[in-house]
Order: sequence, then structure tokens, then C-alpha cells
Amino acid sequence: MSYGGVDQGRRRFLTATTTVVGAVGAAYTAVPFIASWAPSARARAIGAPVQIDFGKLEPGMQMRVKWRGKPVFVLKRTQEALDSLKAVEGSLRDPSSNEDQQPAYVDSKTRSIRPDVLVLVGICTHLGCSPTMVKASDAHSLGDDWQGGYYCPCHGSRFDFAGRVYSGVPAPTNLEVPPHHFVGDSGLVIGDDGGNA
Amino acid sequence: MLNQLIGVRDWVDARFPLTKLWNEHLAEYYAPKNFNFWYYFGALSLVLLVNQLLTGIWLTMHYKPDANLAFASVEYIMRDVPWGYLIRYMHSTGASAFFVVIYLHMFRGLLYGSYKQPRELLWLVGMALYMALMAEAFMGYLLPWGQMSFWGAQVIISLFGALPFGIGEALSLWIRGDYVVSDATLNRFFALHVVALPLVLLGLVAAHLIALHEVGSNNPDGVEIKKNKNEDGIPKDGIPFHPYYTVKDLMGIGVFLIGFAAVVFFAPEFFGWFLERDNFIPADPLKTPEHIVPLWYFTPFYAILRAIPDKLTGVLAMGASIFFLFVLPWLDRHPIKSFRYRSPLFRLLLWVFAVVFVTLGYLGTQPATQVASEIGLRAAELYFMFFLILWLYSDERSAAIHFQTFVVLVIVMLAIDVIRYDEAKSGLIMLSALLPLGYMFVFTLGPVFTRLNESRAVPERVTS
Repeated sequence: MSYGGVDQGRRRFLTATTTVVGAVGAAYTAVPFIASWAPSARARAIGAPVQIDFGKLEPGMQMRVKWRGKPVFVLKRTQEALDSLKAVEGSLRDPSSNEDQQPAYVDSKTRSIRPDVLVLVGICTHLGCSPTMVKASDAHSLGDDWQGGYYCPCHGSRFDFAGRVYSGVPAPTNLEVPPHHFVGDSGLVIGDDGGNA
Repeated sequence: MLNQLIGVRDWVDARFPLTKLWNEHLAEYYAPKNFNFWYYFGALSLVLLVNQLLTGIWLTMHYKPDANLAFASVEYIMRDVPWGYLIRYMHSTGASAFFVVIYLHMFRGLLYGSYKQPRELLWLVGMALYMALMAEAFMGYLLPWGQMSFWGAQVIISLFGALPFGIGEALSLWIRGDYVVSDATLNRFFALHVVALPLVLLGLVAAHLIALHEVGSNNPDGVEIKKNKNEDGIPKDGIPFHPYYTVKDLMGIGVFLIGFAAVVFFAPEFFGWFLERDNFIPADPLKTPEHIVPLWYFTPFYAILRAIPDKLTGVLAMGASIFFLFVLPWLDRHPIKSFRYRSPLFRLLLWVFAVVFVTLGYLGTQPATQVASEIGLRAAELYFMFFLILWLYSDERSAAIHFQTFVVLVIVMLAIDVIRYDEAKSGLIMLSALLPLGYMFVFTLGPVFTRLNESRAVPERVTS
């Protein structure tokens, strides 16, 4: 092919610079498309705290509360449940709550402010299913030495009555404890530290 | 009259390559004359694609992509829309049938080495199609907004959350568009399911067909028919696709549609396999169903994910299980394509792989009990070893390499078992170890001590 008098260097330079400018333009054009997938202002605003009254909760009972669209467990622990926490420590992955899955003001073993009331985000840290509470006295197939706690039906992860994960299960960390504080004797605010932090 | 029609054709041909396209892709596209049963599934998947597009367009006329309205709008389609139930069942049965057909189509590729040179790109485009189809099916399954829709999506999106350094969390948040699966997720999945992915699928189908017609079809003998041409340049073992294979495929489509209609009319839920029972309960973000499973076509990969008691490793293994399928053409470089002429050990390897895949698929639908998880892990080991043995068999290799492969495999397996060792199931671990051990023994040492890994001569021309 003959390039009869064409300045090849100039042509290459122009092609290259045009390509670069075009690529930068395309990258900037992509930004709104990609960014529009992020949570909208409305979705971000909905994360407000919720206040509940757990006065009717008997020991051993649990209620589910919706906070930021997620289930939150509020469990009134019995003395046996609290005793079981010590017994299972040997088979847990993170018994002293070293991973950052709870606010600093909860106890590292019971993972609660008040020993008798446990507040947990009811979402398995493996793949996001909601675990079920299984007491030792319930009919279950989790083995004879099961001391009670939470069991995830999706992939078999196990947690004790403080939401601490057992070792050898797919979930990598303890269940999350949301920021919370108590109001009076039976009032609970989920999603707000109440000046604790 | 005829002259007028010819006149119209010539008028078009002068402006658009109508006759040229017809000839290139149908009337003068020479396909091997020895296609068998396994060659129906390409045409069948096209039929199903059309079925999904047609019924899908009609479903969007009544469906509402809104978390508050979606579930009820599906019930409305089922109960109040004239013939709505039929259109929806054709769509839901079509989705499962699509995967049945695609899996058989892919297995045909394995049997006859259809991914091998010069069809590597054809295979890659096909794998991309398979990925797009899985994404399409996954997003479509969220739309009815039932319990399984919701929690299935929650689990699959959380898979991305396993990626380290905070990338995972950010990525799954970005995909969901909210802190949980919500209306935002439903709406974008609807857009992707109804517009974006169908466009991708159609484009890839076109690329798949163009690539196929460029290199020509493989056949059950794995003989390249283009190497034997007559004086007119037409393959001696080729017959024009139209009318020979259009007629054959029409027959196959007819038989297929009988079975398809039987499912649509008499067992559209297919015993909970095509439409899961829990999905008839509206989505409840506070409560996970007792037993959640993805639809059957995802379960082999899901079983691999579940078999591994570590989040990141599980997700990576699942990714790897699909990745290895992509690179199949570069793992199996044996010059003989069809399993007909490859060694008895190779044929055994292939059928064992099929059994392992089905076993994984079954396990993925079952609760994760201790025994099921253990078998799942062993089956996953067999799944991955298949690809290594494919590589091992793809060339004449010395006895030393076979021994080394055996030793390496045993060490890897033992290392995995040591890491996950658990006093409570030591007996189970040791017993189930026999499965991969036997597999390694037969497939790595078999070729050394027996003559079972000798291939047969491939004929010059296709048989029958």
C-alpha cells in the first residue's frame, strides 16, 4: 500500500490522542451508570433506630424486630443459657469476641449490656440466611452435646446463646450485635448507642 | 406467479444478501452425515430461547416489578389473566427445560471433544452463553418475590461478600442497591432479566452460530469432514443442513414438545423441582425458610460451595469449578476428539464425571447433614480431579509422571483432611477417603500397570 505523501507520524499521533481523549470521556460517562446502582438517598435514610418494649418477653423467649430491613433477635436469656456460654467456649472460634462484630460497650463473653437480654442481628455471617434458635430441649439433630443456641438452616453454621460462632462451620465470624441501649426497665432502642459509645 | 416471486427475490438480493445468507447457513452449510441423538440439543435450545422470549414478553404485560405488588401480580397472572397460568408455566418449565437441554448439549461436547482445536472459541462463546443463562435464570427467579426468591437471592448476592479487603461487602451492597435484598434489587433484576441479559444472550447466540458455521460442526467420530472434499469442494461426508437436518431437528423438536407439554399441563411444578414449594409464600425478610435450596440447575456448584467449611475457600472453589470448564480446550489437548476412539480409562473417566456432577446436583438439594456434607466434599474432590486427569491423559506421559501425579494428589487430599480434621467425624473422614483414593489409584496408576489407556485408531472417514 502506498501512503503517497501522508505524514504517518502525525496521523498516528492524532489517532492516539483522539483514542485517549475518547477513552477518558467513556470512563467518565460510565460513572453515573455505575454509581446509580449504589443505595439511593431514600434507602440510606431508612436506617433510623427502632424502639421496642420487651416487657412481655419471658425468659427463654425471643422476639424478631425489623431494623434496616434486617431481622434483629431480642432474646431473654435463662440462667441455663447463660451457664451454657462457659461450657461451650472450647469449641468456639472467637469466644472472647476479638473480631469487630459488636459495639465496645457489650461484655466480650455474654456479648450483651444486660446479661439477661441478648440483641443480635439475625443474619448469618456466612451467606446471609437468618439462623433459627434451637434450645437443647428442642427436638433437633445437632448432636447430644448441643447446648442450645442458633443454627443456620442454609449451610449448617452454629452459634451459641451469645451469637458466638462454633469452629468448623462455614460462618467466619460471630453474629453481629447492633448498637443498642436500654430505656428504663423494658425499653430497648436498636440502632442507637444512647451515648454509650 | 412463480416468476413474480423470483422477481421479488432478485430485487431483495440486489439490496440485501438474502439468498447468500440462506445458502451459507442452511442450504449449502455442509454438516457431517453421522449426527446422532446428541445433536438435537443445539436446535432445541434455540426453540427454548424463542419460547422464553415470547412468554417472557407476555408476562411483563401483567407483572409488576415492585416489592409490594410483585407476589400478588404473579398470583393475578395465575388466576385472573386469561391463559396467564399457561404462559407462566411455559416460562417456568421452559427455564428448567433450557438447562436440561444445555447440560446435555455441553455433555455432547465432552463426549465428542467438540471443544478441541479448531473449536476453542466456539466452546468459549458457549460457556459465556451458559454464564449469561445462569445470570438470567437467577435474576428471573427473584421476580415472583416468594420466600425462595428472596432468600436465594440473599445467599447468592452474599457470595460476593466473601471477597476480602472490604471489596466483597461493597460489591454486594452495590448489586443489591440496599442493605438487604429489597425493592431496589427487585427492580434492577427485572431490568436486567427483561432487557439487558436477553440482548446479551441473543448477541452471544449469533456469535456462537457464526463461529460454528466458520469452523463447521464436529461429529460423533470426531473426524474433520473438511479434510475429505470432492472435486466441487464439498465435504464427501457432509450433507446440506437444509433440508436434511432441518427435517431431522423438526422431528426432534416434535418429540421434545410432547414431553414439554406434558410437564406444562400435568406437572408444572415438577414435584417441587421446577417451582419450589416455599416460593408460594410471599418473601419475608425476617424469616428464612427451614430448608433453602437454589433451583436444581445451580445445585452442583452450590454443593461444592457448601461442602467446604470456610466461607472464602468455598466461594473460590465454586468459582474454580466453573472456571475449569472454560479452559477445557487447553486442559484436554489429546489429538483424538471423540470418546469412541479414546481409551477405556478415558471413557470411564467421562462417565464418572457425569455421575459426580449429578451426585453433586442431588446433594445440593438436600439438607446439609454431616454425612451429606462429607460426601459432598469427596464428590467435589472428584470433580476437580477430573480436570487434572484430563490433562494427564492428553499426551503420552512417562510412568514417572503418573506416579508423581498420584503422590501429589494423595498429599493434597491428606492435607485437606488434616486441616479439616474433626475428632467427632474421624471415622467418616477415613471411610469416605476411600472414594478419592480409589479414583486416584485407578486413573493415575491404571495407565502404568494396564493397557487400558490405549486409544484406538480413528477412521479416515465418518462411520455410518
